[in-house]
Amino acid sequence: MSDDEDDLILSELNDEELVEQMFDDLYDGMKDEIEEGVTILLERGWAPYRVLTEALVGGMTIVGHDFRDGILFVPEVLLAANAMKGGMAILKPLLAETGAPTIGKMVIGTVKGDIHDIGKNLVAMMMEGAGFEVIDLGINNPVESYLEAAAAEKPDIIGMSALLTTTMPYMKVVIDAMIEQGIREDYLVLVGGAPLNEEFGKAIGADAYCRDAAVAVETAKTLIARRHNQRAAG
Amino acid sequence: MTGTPDDATLTRRGLAAEGTGRILLIACGALAREILDLKARHGWDHLDLTCLPAILHNHPDRITDAVRKAVDNHRARYARICAVYADCGTGGLLQAACRELGVEMVAGPHCYAFYEGLDRFAARDEPASFYLTDFLVRQFDAFVWKPLGLDRHPELREMYFGNYEALVYQAQTDDPTLTALAQSHAARLGLRFERRVTGYGDLETTMADWAARP
Repeated sequence: MSDDEDDLILSELNDEELVEQMFDDLYDGMKDEIEEGVTILLERGWAPYRVLTEALVGGMTIVGHDFRDGILFVPEVLLAANAMKGGMAILKPLLAETGAPTIGKMVIGTVKGDIHDIGKNLVAMMMEGAGFEVIDLGINNPVESYLEAAAAEKPDIIGMSALLTTTMPYMKVVIDAMIEQGIREDYLVLVGGAPLNEEFGKAIGADAYCRDAAVAVETAKTLIARRHNQRAAG
Repeated sequence: MTGTPDDATLTRRGLAAEGTGRILLIACGALAREILDLKARHGWDHLDLTCLPAILHNHPDRITDAVRKAVDNHRARYARICAVYADCGTGGLLQAACRELGVEMVAGPHCYAFYEGLDRFAARDEPASFYLTDFLVRQFDAFVWKPLGLDRHPELREMYFGNYEALVYQAQTDDPTLTALAQSHAARLGLRFERRVTGYGDLETTMADWAARP
């Protein structure tokens, strides 16, 4: 990094320049700078929801595209996510206070026998950024956790994650339990994780397999909109 | 027989077949030493070996196509081809491809399972263990530390390994130097260290079965 950039004073940038700079800072995983940028925009009267969508989600979308295209790799995405998390921590209580729009609710968790949560955490964060309320069940979830959360939270979406070939079949256990209880059609079921693929998603009866966090957000939006339209038409 | 290539070559380039023997094993480069050792011990001269780059371990989505291509390249020269891969994170795609190609493979989810023995490994049910084999202990930086960016961003360690409890070193050989190295890897990851001597486990029995059949 050059000296010029070291000397950059975020508060002296106009809104447009600051958001552009935040995109760069997010891309570079600079958490402190993102927190400062968020604070400055809020002080300038930006609504928390606008800071979230225009500055943070906008920046993470670029990160997501470059990850998909093989320009960025997992470590860089994690650093960016960590920076975004810093910004989100400031915004979250404010979003709750200001009644920011919510476009849906998701329960998400890593399945039983699996402790991997990096992908699941990224999805949860990006879904929150996109305006979903996210209930994160954490790791190593038996079928009961999903069913109890579904009953208690009444989400639109149930998301399941697995990193292991040995644990991904458990997703079918959860879906079969939902069918058995007659509640499968009450929810959209999205699945993801490194060893999964489209065919597997179909075979276990999920509504969609999502390759990455960006795809998960887009798929969730599309399927929710489709469901609303079907209900309106029906 | 030529000597075993160095680990860096096995990681990035793999191993070419010698063109001898009527059965070809297409293996992960991480298994080369072990397979060559078993071949020499048992006198399985009718088994030839080629290895794909071991680093595919970090890119399971590329394994199936790489195996398929290797089978196509060698099909004409051998009476039978076997893939010395387990599922290895391919989510069943490798198994489907092998079935289609008429190629046998090793049963189980990954080498950690077949080194220990599938039943015993499954019975352990320890999702919070991070496994290393002899090869992965030697190539830890190339397979874990650098690809995860921990050389540049050690602060990511908690995000990657925060849910793990132990590093389990599955020892194929009894080598105090490797054990010490594995122990140092556990310390770097902030995990409890455990060493289990597995030997070659189901790898040996699987190869013996392949070698005994025409």
